[in-house]
Amino acid sequence: MIVETGHYALVLALALALVNSVAPICGSVSGDRRLMAIAPSVALMGFAFTAYAFFALTYAHVTSDFSLANVVENSHSAKPMIYKISGVWGNHEGSMLLWVLVLSLFAAAVALFSGSMPEDLRANVLGVQSWIAAAFLLFILLTSNPFARLAEAPMEGADLNPLLQDPGLAIHPPLLYLGYVGLSITYSFAAAALISGRIDSVFARFVRPWTLVAWICLTLGIAMGSYWAYYTLGWGGFWFWDPVENASLMPWLAATALLHCTLVMEKRDALKIWTIFLAILAFSLSLLGTFLVRSGVLTSVHAFASDPRRGIFILAILVVFIGGSLVLFALRAGGLKQGGLFAPISREGALVLNNLLLTTCCATVFVGTLYPLALEALTGEKISVGAPFFNLTFGPLFVPLFLLMPIGQCLAWKRGDLAGAAQRVFVAIAAGLAAMLALAAWRGGPVASVVLSGIAVYVIIGSFADVWRRLFGGGASFAAAGQRALGLPRQAFGAAFAHAGIGVTLLGLAATGWGAEKIIAMKPGETVSVGGYDVTLDRVTPRAGPNYSEMVAATTIRSGGNVVARIEPATRFYPARRMSRSEAGISTIGFGQVYMSIGEMTGNGAVNTRIFWKPLVALIWIGALLMAFGGGLSLSDRSFRIGVARRAGKARAGSPQLAE
Amino acid sequence: MTRKQRRITLISSALFALALAVGLMLVALRDNIVFFYGPSELAQKAPAVGKRLRIGGLVKEGSFSRQPDETIRFKVTDARQDVAVVYKGALPDLFREGQGVVAEGALGQDGVFWADTILAKHDERYMPREVADALKKQGVWREGDQKSP
Repeated sequence: MIVETGHYALVLALALALVNSVAPICGSVSGDRRLMAIAPSVALMGFAFTAYAFFALTYAHVTSDFSLANVVENSHSAKPMIYKISGVWGNHEGSMLLWVLVLSLFAAAVALFSGSMPEDLRANVLGVQSWIAAAFLLFILLTSNPFARLAEAPMEGADLNPLLQDPGLAIHPPLLYLGYVGLSITYSFAAAALISGRIDSVFARFVRPWTLVAWICLTLGIAMGSYWAYYTLGWGGFWFWDPVENASLMPWLAATALLHCTLVMEKRDALKIWTIFLAILAFSLSLLGTFLVRSGVLTSVHAFASDPRRGIFILAILVVFIGGSLVLFALRAGGLKQGGLFAPISREGALVLNNLLLTTCCATVFVGTLYPLALEALTGEKISVGAPFFNLTFGPLFVPLFLLMPIGQCLAWKRGDLAGAAQRVFVAIAAGLAAMLALAAWRGGPVASVVLSGIAVYVIIGSFADVWRRLFGGGASFAAAGQRALGLPRQAFGAAFAHAGIGVTLLGLAATGWGAEKIIAMKPGETVSVGGYDVTLDRVTPRAGPNYSEMVAATTIRSGGNVVARIEPATRFYPARRMSRSEAGISTIGFGQVYMSIGEMTGNGAVNTRIFWKPLVALIWIGALLMAFGGGLSLSDRSFRIGVARRAGKARAGSPQLAE
Repeated sequence: MTRKQRRITLISSALFALALAVGLMLVALRDNIVFFYGPSELAQKAPAVGKRLRIGGLVKEGSFSRQPDETIRFKVTDARQDVAVVYKGALPDLFREGQGVVAEGALGQDGVFWADTILAKHDERYMPREVADALKKQGVWREGDQKSP
């Protein structure tokens, strides 16, 4: 019964979305305030119904209701509870439902937190958001209904893909979706601004916090996914330039660019056309990613099903929304007034360069991802574009970005002084060069690793140069600096941490060059030395899990005779799907990791193992956490709340009038 | 600096970045593309020895052997043609006889495919799409043969 009500709630959500996609926009065109005023409450109701539908599906999964096709195909009664819940979005239908849930969540958030927004802007934003919601709700109801019943319910389900039965995968999709779909809000803002024709710094100030929220979630979601790939795929890699990964990287690059150019638009009222374009682009790339992942044109663990109807439906959504917004853009952008002037060497100039490089990077990823698909469609020839392509194109574009990042932060708005900025990051440059020389003397090793580590040190220290100057400038004492720190906008600290995070990630990436790897068949009792650690395989024993059986290789890691850690890499066999997967044994030592995965047993009692020493590898993800932390700091900046404060003031001013 | 000059600076720097990216992409696409062939296509097209390729098909039943030095030999088949593959290293979890596999490497003088990577790419049905397509081309694999469990 709950399942049927869930289905019904989804239909109601569609009806509400249709209402909201027409009424508020009509209201804003005709200036009817009553029509505009319905948008927030309809958005909240739409969210409530979608959330109920999601709850109904979750309920069916949790109670293992095998009369539901979706549960039968993706669940098993012996599956641990956490994977019964995460199994809700571990399949095509459920993940699309999650997508729509996040979409309506953001609409509801706009409805709740935008009291200070101009009425017509809010009505238009929620209206556009409802178009997207309506399109995807139709997609679910017509092609991917998660609530389809089976005439004859089987006794047992087929279980979830073992690769997805992992705590990392339980949180990766929701986080990534919050980022992906969060960009829909920036898209709606852009479209709404184009409809109402009012594109100014007020728009930039409202759109920036939403972009930040989406960007933070996207950053964390991508990092989470990469860590998952690292420890479950068992080859010690964390980024494969797989089209599915690229599909999430492209919106991230666009959102990063957008984040920087909204700053220019907010502060200086310049780059308006470009900001609007990027806002459209970022969500378009999200839609493209959804299409690539969900349509079945790619092979990966993410491609759950390949029903051609679904691909065509998403392609249609893609064409309508990207094409429609670009037409709107073309009609309106010409009429925009030019904003503030600035010299090429200025903060604005640096941010323009940042945008230029980020979007170019994005374009190379786009080409590398779609070229093989296009070639196959046109000529039937199958090719793969792998890491070498991206290293060659992405690298040379990102290095200048790293080099200019700290300097750009030190430039003044309007007209900057390049020599002065370079002087301010002098300490960082010196530290970077010193790090390079020290590493070259100590490790020698690959030139790329040495150079990139030096750049990383420069970026990390240089990111704080501006904050340092603002705190300690003019020889201020610690007490005075503390006073100043309270007065400094949190955005300044946020930017410093986020930029330092990029540097930390780069350091982790650079250090991969000093890693060590051994692929060897080991017998119990045998010891192998990898990267200065002695890894001893103690014994291999079978063990039973809740819905799998596993071979566990109990292993001890020693350094100079002392036990450092014990790890238990395993291979698991899931009988329900007759699939196996490996579970790497990872021990974090400092920021480095000893990583071991095991394969099948060989005839003579030995087991195939892969052992890595990965120095500083944890920094790759710590850097991403730092970036998200910096984003969070920026988000808590009081300038985002000024609008709310002003409304409170107006309300107070208004109350005496009511009394009159 | 006038508005015009500013715009020219902006446009020229944008063009420069674009030209750089296009140049890099062209170079990268020329040297770093890897073609995919099924066994029959491989026999037909006879790519140059040493050129990087991907091949895919089914691991032939009974062809798998492990040498004492941990070298692995097996054959990839599409039921019409076989290719002998030599590989040294760890195999992905899902590697087994009779199932789909994708290998990356190059052909040697002896017509043996020297793989350096065995790919674990697969969908939930255990069949790399490239392999399924290659098999379909040879009429060996029909849609619906592999029902999802």
